[in-house]
Parts: sequence; C-alpha cells; structure tokens
Amino acid sequence: MTLLHWAILSPFIMALFVPFFYKKFRQVHTGWFVLILPIVLFIYFFQFISETMNGVSTIESAPWIPSLGINFTAYIDGLGLLFALLITGIGSLVILYSIYYLSKEKEAIHNFYVYLLMFMGAMLGVVLSDNVIVLYTFWELTSLSSFLLIGYWYHREKSRYGAQKSMLITVFGGLSMLAGFILLSIMTNTFSVREMIGQVATLPEHSLFIPAMLLILLGAFTKSAQFPFHIWLPDAMEAPTPVSAYLHSATMVKAGIYLVARLSPIFAGSSEWFWIVSTFGIVTLFWGSFTAVKQTDLKSILAFSTVSQLGMIMALLGLGSAALHYDHLDKNIYLAATVAAVFHLINHATFKGSLFMVVGIVDHETGTRDIRKLGGLMTIMPITFTLAIIGTFSMAGLPPFNGFLSKEMFFTGVINAATLDIFNMQTWGALFPVIAWVASVFTFIYSMIIVFKTFTGKYQPEKLDVKPHEAPIGMLISPIILASLVIVFGFFPNILSGSIIEPAMAAIQPMLLGDNGSYHVHIYHWHGFNIELFMTLGVIAVGTFMIIFLVKWSKLYDLFPKRLTLNNLYDGGLVAMERSTYKLNKFYMTGFIRDYLVMIFAFMIIVLANTLVAKDAFTFTTANSAPIGVYEVILTLVMITATITILFAKSRLTAIISLGVVGYSMSLFFVLFRAPDLALTQLIVETVSVALFLLCFYHLPELDIKKKPLRFKLPNLIISLGVGTIVTLLALSANGTKLFDSISSYFVEASYKEAGGKNMVNVILVDFRGLDTLFEITVLGIAALGIFAMIRLRLTRGREG
Amino acid sequence: MEILMSIMVGILFTAATYLMLSKSLLRIIVGTGLLSHGAHLLLLTMGGLKTGAAPLLGEKAAAYTDPLPQALILTAIVISFGVTSFFLVLAYRSYQELGTDNMDNLRGTDRHE
Repeated sequence: MTLLHWAILSPFIMALFVPFFYKKFRQVHTGWFVLILPIVLFIYFFQFISETMNGVSTIESAPWIPSLGINFTAYIDGLGLLFALLITGIGSLVILYSIYYLSKEKEAIHNFYVYLLMFMGAMLGVVLSDNVIVLYTFWELTSLSSFLLIGYWYHREKSRYGAQKSMLITVFGGLSMLAGFILLSIMTNTFSVREMIGQVATLPEHSLFIPAMLLILLGAFTKSAQFPFHIWLPDAMEAPTPVSAYLHSATMVKAGIYLVARLSPIFAGSSEWFWIVSTFGIVTLFWGSFTAVKQTDLKSILAFSTVSQLGMIMALLGLGSAALHYDHLDKNIYLAATVAAVFHLINHATFKGSLFMVVGIVDHETGTRDIRKLGGLMTIMPITFTLAIIGTFSMAGLPPFNGFLSKEMFFTGVINAATLDIFNMQTWGALFPVIAWVASVFTFIYSMIIVFKTFTGKYQPEKLDVKPHEAPIGMLISPIILASLVIVFGFFPNILSGSIIEPAMAAIQPMLLGDNGSYHVHIYHWHGFNIELFMTLGVIAVGTFMIIFLVKWSKLYDLFPKRLTLNNLYDGGLVAMERSTYKLNKFYMTGFIRDYLVMIFAFMIIVLANTLVAKDAFTFTTANSAPIGVYEVILTLVMITATITILFAKSRLTAIISLGVVGYSMSLFFVLFRAPDLALTQLIVETVSVALFLLCFYHLPELDIKKKPLRFKLPNLIISLGVGTIVTLLALSANGTKLFDSISSYFVEASYKEAGGKNMVNVILVDFRGLDTLFEITVLGIAALGIFAMIRLRLTRGREG
Repeated sequence: MEILMSIMVGILFTAATYLMLSKSLLRIIVGTGLLSHGAHLLLLTMGGLKTGAAPLLGEKAAAYTDPLPQALILTAIVISFGVTSFFLVLAYRSYQELGTDNMDNLRGTDRHE
C-alpha cells in the first residue's frame, strides 16, 4: 500500500469520520470538514501532470487476492489522471456549493457527505485501477452510492422510483460488464488491463472477442446513459442538485466513456467496435437533443442535454477508432475525432457542472424549476444570469467559449467520417454529418431556451412561492470558477493540449504514437473559411429561426404516441415481468399436495425412462434368478389380492386390515427367503402399526359416519402405473447386470472369529455396522419424544400452557 | 424368482403411488406403508434370493444368504416404523384440531403471508 493507494481509499476513510464531525460540531456545517479532502487530493493528483506529460506513467501494486491474480494495482497515465482531476476538482467545487445549498438544520447532511465521499472514492478507484476485477468492484460502488444519493430524500416517492430505476439499469450493465471482463481474462489469462493491451495482436481472432466486446459495451452504455439506456438519467434528477451536477453530468456518467476510452487499444481495431460505438453515440446525440427541447423542467432539459453530449463524446471515440485503419500517420485526420472527444469531455464537465449549479441557484431562490413559471430574472439575479449565458453559449457551441472549439472539432470528425471508405462507408458515412448538424441545431435551441426563458421575458412574481433575489456569494463561487474555466479554455485551449489531452490520447490510441512518443495537438481558433465554420453559422441561423417559431412547430412532439416511449416500455416491462412471474408461480404452486406429488412422480418417470432409453440400459436375463417355488407363488397372490383390496376398499377399516395382511405376508416372505430376524421384527412392527392405525382412525367416530365413495382418477392411475413400471424395469435391469460379487463372504468368515457371534445379521447390526444402529435408536427416541410432545403441548388453544 | 419379486415390487409401488395421490390423509399414510414394504422387498430381492441357508453360523451350511441386505432392511423397518407412528399421531392430532382429513381442505392459501 503506497501513498497512491491511500489517496484512492482516503474518501472511504474520511466517510467513516463524517458522522463523528456531524455529531460533535453541530454549529459548523459538516461540509467544511469534508471539503479539505478533495482539495488535497486535487493538489496531489495535479503533481502527476509533469510525469504524464513526459509519457511516464505511475504503477503501484498492492496485493489483495494474489492467489487469484487479483491485486489492487493503481495506474496513473494521461487518461486516468484527466478523470482523477475532474473527479477531485469538480468534487471540491460541488462540496463547496453543497455547503450553501443544503441546510445543516433541515437536512441529514451527514448521510449526504458519507454517500458523496463513498462515491468519490469509488470513482477514483474506477479510473485509477489497472485490474479489471478491482475496477468492477469500484464500478458497482459508484452504482450503489449513486443509488443512495438519488434516493437522498427517501420520503419522496419519485426519488425512490428514480433511485430504483437507475440501480436496475446500471447494475444490469455492470453485471454484463463483469461477464465481459471475465471473458477478456479468459482470453488473455490476466486481469491487468495493461497486460491485456500487450496481447492485443492475437485477441481479435479469438472466438470470445466479440461477445466480450458486446458485454463490456453494454456496461459502458448503461452507465453513460446511451440510447436506449438513457432513461434512468432524467429520473435521477430527483437527487439534490449538487449530486446532479457532480454525478450526473461531470463524473459518473463519464465512467462509461472512460471504459470505452480505456479499452480502445484492445477493441478499436475491429470494425464492429467502430460501428457500434459511433452509431450508438450519434443516435444518443440526436435523441437527447431532440427530446431536451420539449422539456419544461430545467433539470430535465439539462439531463437530456447531458445524454446528448455524452452521445457526442461516445460517437467521437468511435470515429476516432477509424484512425487505426488508416495509416497515413503523418497527417491522420481521424485522430482529430479522439482529440475532440477528450477536449469535449473536459469542456462538458466545466459548463455542465456550472449550469447545474445555476439551475440549483434558480431553484433555491425562486422555489421552482419550471420554465413556464420563470422569466425576467435577469435584473434580479445578474451574476447567475451571466453564468448561465456563459454555460449555455458554450454548450450551444458559440464563440468564444470552449464549447465552440470542441463543436468545430466534432464537425471535423464527422465530416471526415463521411469520407471514410473502409467498411463500405461511402453511403452510410454521409449520414454522420447530417445527423450531427441537426442535433447541433436542437442543442442550440434548448440552450437558448434555458437562458432566455428563465432570465428574460415577463417577470411573473405571482407564480413564485418566494421572493427571488441574488444567491449568496458562497453558492456562486463554484459556478464562477467553472465558468471562468469555460472562458479560459475557450481563449487558451492549448494550455490543455500539451498537459492533458496529449497524454490522454497516448492512453487511448497508443499504437498511433509518433516518432517522439507523443502526439502533437494544437487547437486552432480560426480554421479559415472551411466547411465547419459554415456548419456552425448554419446552426445559429436555423436555430434562431426555429426558436422564433417554436410555438408553431413544437406541436410536432405531440405526434409521437405517448404509449410508445421508452419509459413506458421500461415501466410496462417491469409490470409485465412481475405479473408473469406471479402467474407462473400461481400456475404450478397450487397449494395442493397432490399436484406437487404428481410433478415429482412425473419428473421421476421422465428422467428415469429417458436414461433407460438413452443409455440403452435395460437388460433382461434369467441367468441370475433363483427357481420359483409354489409357496412363493401363493404368497405373491395373497399379497397382490390384499394390495388390490386396499385400493378398492370403501371402508377405512378394510384398508387398514388389508395393509396388515400385506405386512404379515411380508414377514412370511422373510421366512421363505431365510431371514428370521426380519420376520420377527416385521411381525411385531406390523402388529403395532395396525394397532396404531386403528387407534388413530377407527376410534374417531365422525370418520365412520361419512364414508365417501372412492373416486377413480385416470391421471393418478397413469402416474402410478408409470412409477410401478419404472421401478420394475430398473429392478430387472439391476438384477440382470451384476458387476461384482457381494462383500458378504467377509461377514460369513469373520463374524465368529472376529466378533464372537453366530447370528451374522445381529453381529452386523451391533458390531460391524453398529453406528447405524445407534442412530436408528436415536430416530426411535426422537419419534417417541415427538409424539409425546405433540399430544401434550397445546399452545394454540386460547389459554396458553 | 427375482423377476416375480420385481413385478411384485412394481405392483406395490403402483398401489402406493395411487394411494398417495388421493385426498384422504389415511389413504396417504397407508400408501407410505405400502411404499416402505415395496422398498424393503426390493432391497431383499436385489441382494439375491435363496442362495443358501439363513445367516446363522450354527447351520454349518455350505452357503449362506447374504446377511448385509437383511441388516439394512432391519434398520429400515425400524426407522420407517418410527416415522410412520409419528406421522399417524400427527394426522390424528391434525384431525382433532382442524376437523378434517381431506388434503384439499388442508391447503395453504395466499392470505397467509
């Protein structure tokens, strides 16, 4: 365990002390204690930049389960560091914001910070683990802590619903990801991602390659809210706003992006990866932006916007993988997509984080997030308005903010996709820029809706519960810092290119490193009058036009049938699953003992008969048989008669006496087959049994009166005939195949010499196999005690005792 | 002889199964009784029939019947007796308490959750 390990685990350790701080220092907001940790961690991780810039990665391993090859290997390279900085950096800002957002008097803030720290540690573990099993462990911890945070206000039904939904979907994905990891480790014989990447040359031929890829992608898509698994994210907006800002915009939803980027060196060489990742990404991009426009709740708009932007990053990662197929290394245009993905990842975290905080402020100060109630807040909340302008303009891709740069690079990426001629892309590739452009128009529209519907227009104080005013300065610090980053990265993008983006690129596409072992990324503001610029101008023009006539065309959304939404599919699916399992259980769990017995017997018949046929096991031979004597035949006839009498007996007395006849015949059989001890025992036992039967049933007077006629049932007969036939066939087959002689010659020789007894059966019972007898005595003892207790203990008869 | 006994065992099993599938608790217990008879007879048959004298060394016979299955059956008889008597008293008590020996009336319902 090195300092790096402790750094990853420190949030968990800190979480242990949170309740203590909460209880001991009631007058101080617990968040202040918590805030120290992510700041320290951010500074700690910041130091690694100088190493990763020079292509040096840090590996520290600590044994966890060494015998299984599972070790807690922490690994810092460009990609891991980028995420670690996002997690700790935005984590600090979110905690600072939450101190002002959550009241220490009204809320259970100790729970909040325990969950949040748990999430932070889990997320650090995900991005800094080299071992896939450890990665999976932390991955599930993020699902769990996210579940707890979404359900933070657990008394609200919608919170519980959202928490359950996100839990079901992300855990479903997490489990399939685990399966994918296991397949990968079977292929490569290691759990280490670095060692897997080392074996990439032989992997694509493996038959498990595609299943592993699909399973892992399922995990990544569910976590990163890709279409059609995005439905949990809008419902997760029931969480407190700091949580939405942190988990559901900046960090957790990017875990899937991280996974795709991290495993790109393994999978990106195959065309399936390219197709699946870029298609799902672009569809998510379009669907998210399209759906965001019709939302009326600010957080819902932001949720769908997050879905859409995540789709964009995912599509860029997919498109970037095309670079592996084209080897014009000197001027690889497809690499631009990966650069755009990494750059937009950072940009999105900054502007989306600040936008969520802005929305949180609006909610906090006005009491509503409904855009139909809001308006005209510009003069009342000028700082918030400025922050919103910066965030939304960056999101819409307008200059001079950082979103503009990444949007331009995104357009470059999709235009290049249109020119791809690998995988027969000439026709379909042309769709990429078209869909991307349309999606950008919708992005522009909803971005403008957020800022202008909230802050301009008519001020409607009568619809608001509280009188709005500017937020306290503490609440504004975090969004101000994020918004400044938006501007800084917008004006000086190249401070990121060398320090962060190039090392991250080296992790995502290590095969395409140049001669000096690094990429040269330079982000230009001005590309000249190229096609991307005209696309952006087109977005602004068409977007503005569409906003003006929004009321006219937004009826388009009503055309979609309500019943056919994905949420309905999910809800209906859950209900149908519950109902069908209930019906299935109802179908076979009837509560009638008879039905269960029929099932058991039928199963026994089917299995045994099948085995007999399939193994060709039935043999019939008379070679091992003893001759049939006349006494045995007579006795057999008696026994059969008695048995049939039981079946047809109308009176219970007849049945009991016939059972006695069968028992006595048994003891006569024992006589004939030379088993004197058995004959004796059987005689006594049968006598006592018959007496017991009579005691229990003959002496119950009510039973004598109502003698019901026996009802003949054909299915019962078929089942019982089947059981009887199977037993006979098995007996005959077993008799026909004697594999080896009995061991009883030993008993014959040894029972007098070794044990000093002449009655072999008794010697076996008390000497050779005395243990059986001991426990048989125990059985009798327990039965006797049980009977006694059953008769004497009457606790249910009203009066106890 | 073994073949005849195998058929006999089959008949006992058939009858026992048929009785166990019926509604009356008494008939089910009679069925279990028949089933244990069938199982004991099967044990004896599979050990081989009539291969020699009774397993008493005083007989001084050349060959003896296999003593091991007999010991096993003896154990089984005693255990099935114990279980049967417990079961009988249970049935008796359940009749006393619940007033029925019809298995259909002794059915659990969904209401008891």
